[in-house]
Amino acid sequence: MIRGDKMEITKELVEKTITALKSKDLTDKKVITAAWQPNLAYAWDDGPAISRYLAELKNGKIIAKRCRKCDRTMLPPRMFCELCWRPSNEWVYVQDTGRVNTFCVSHVDWKAGRLDIQGGVRPYTPAVIEIDGASPGMGILHLLDNVDPKDIHIGMRVKAVWKPAEQREGSITDIRYFEPIGS
Amino acid sequence: MGYRRVAVVGAGITKFTRFAKETNGELSYEAARMALDSCEMNLSQIDCVSIGTAPDAFDGFHLNGETLAEGSGGFNKPVMRNYVGGGTGVMSAIHGWQHVASGMFDTCLVIAEEKMSSAFPHPAGAFLTIFDHTTEQPVMPTLLWIFAIEMQRFMHAHGYTKEDIAKVAVKNKRNALDHPCAQLGAEITVDDVLNSEIMAHPVNRLDVSPTSDGAVALVFAAEHVARRVTEKPVWMDGVGWALDTAYWCTRDLYYPDYVEVAAKKAYEMAGIKEPAKEIHIAEPYDPFTYKELHHLEGLQLAPRGGSVQMLLDGVTQRDGNLPVCPSGGLLGVGNPIAAAGLMKVAEIFWQLRGEAGKRQVPGNPTCGLAQAWGDLMQVGTVVVMRT
Repeated sequence: MIRGDKMEITKELVEKTITALKSKDLTDKKVITAAWQPNLAYAWDDGPAISRYLAELKNGKIIAKRCRKCDRTMLPPRMFCELCWRPSNEWVYVQDTGRVNTFCVSHVDWKAGRLDIQGGVRPYTPAVIEIDGASPGMGILHLLDNVDPKDIHIGMRVKAVWKPAEQREGSITDIRYFEPIGS
Repeated sequence: MGYRRVAVVGAGITKFTRFAKETNGELSYEAARMALDSCEMNLSQIDCVSIGTAPDAFDGFHLNGETLAEGSGGFNKPVMRNYVGGGTGVMSAIHGWQHVASGMFDTCLVIAEEKMSSAFPHPAGAFLTIFDHTTEQPVMPTLLWIFAIEMQRFMHAHGYTKEDIAKVAVKNKRNALDHPCAQLGAEITVDDVLNSEIMAHPVNRLDVSPTSDGAVALVFAAEHVARRVTEKPVWMDGVGWALDTAYWCTRDLYYPDYVEVAAKKAYEMAGIKEPAKEIHIAEPYDPFTYKELHHLEGLQLAPRGGSVQMLLDGVTQRDGNLPVCPSGGLLGVGNPIAAAGLMKVAEIFWQLRGEAGKRQVPGNPTCGLAQAWGDLMQVGTVVVMRT
């Protein structure tokens, strides 16, 4: 016997598949919930390439690694070239200047919490920044600041603003942000 | 080719909603039960189970896939769980195909489930951990940033405007009004999109799909079983998937190479030479408005830089030459991550069988495509289906 030849999902069919709640039902304890706020701790060993990258950031420098085969200067540095699938070669210092490849103007934080833009809080302006001296298209994610968000544009020239040497700790945040060159 | 022909023979779906009272397992059960009922099969006829569910971080406990086994009918059966971010739902269908095509199993129950609401009050924070822990997390990125950054590059490369891209939201939310499971079906205007809250410019609130809970299930069968079960099997004629590098800042985000690679593999397998002509209906992944257009270009269904013109010309409307997201997509039906991808495969199943009700596209389509995307702007998963 041939079966199953009339299958249309209808309101009636799906009606009882889900009990839709509201956020308030949870916060007002109208439904019983179990809650947990994890506080997990990790220590990430960053490998030879990123460890050197971080150490150089502490020195106020950006370092990349070259692949002789595809002739790319790779940033962040890596121990092997993922395109050629072979060990990478020389360490090379690159500039702390670059060009905005793309960006956005964010009114939310990492938890999707709203910033008080009306109250004068500056939006976050993250960008992909192509670093001078690395191969074209080699960008890093960082923040732009000291610029009116309306003036940010793709292709804009920017320079790193570093933390004072004594405050640097070997982190991408040793660069506080990038700002337009000439500002 | 050394594999067997595989058909989809049944489908089931729960409603999509922001907060479901039901557990992950209960959601899976509802969808799986409906899928088996739709083809009048029972669990004893199912040889194996393919489960897709996204990061355990949403759920707050590990082994989420494993705990879904009971609800998915997988107890004491061969079960495989996969996770490739937003690409998971379509990857689950590809896994289902692999299980049966290999000859190892005659049937496979494919289930994709997501319950994002357990991360309370909002799951956005869980996405911080998808970024590189050392080189990116310290600047506290959010998922919205990466989309807004990509959209900006896409608009810049092709000269697209927010006004034009907003029409994707208008279309998809309207289509979703006809979907009985939809969370956000609505009649809205371009101005509504442009005037909605700015999340991360150029992304406004109505450019974004919601967070959702829900589940979808499909029944896959080898040809000899499929022909006994139904007169209207829908064949999985092409599958393809690809993963690009995680160094997302070193790729030009204006174009999804990984979607092109995945699509070309699926087209080659299905014998498709001119996708834009041979595919009648498409469900590309649309978690954000621009993503539908971005993916149409990657899928070779629109020329690079030509997807907006197709949208403006009405080609992608439900009654256009290439209906795109006739279900209402993630923007309209909702986005329970893994389930959203499989919802797209289910929609092609219903459309090709002429069972899509008010959503039915005209012209008796015989070839459809579903695609999902995920990870760090990184993975493409594609299936091509035919009657």
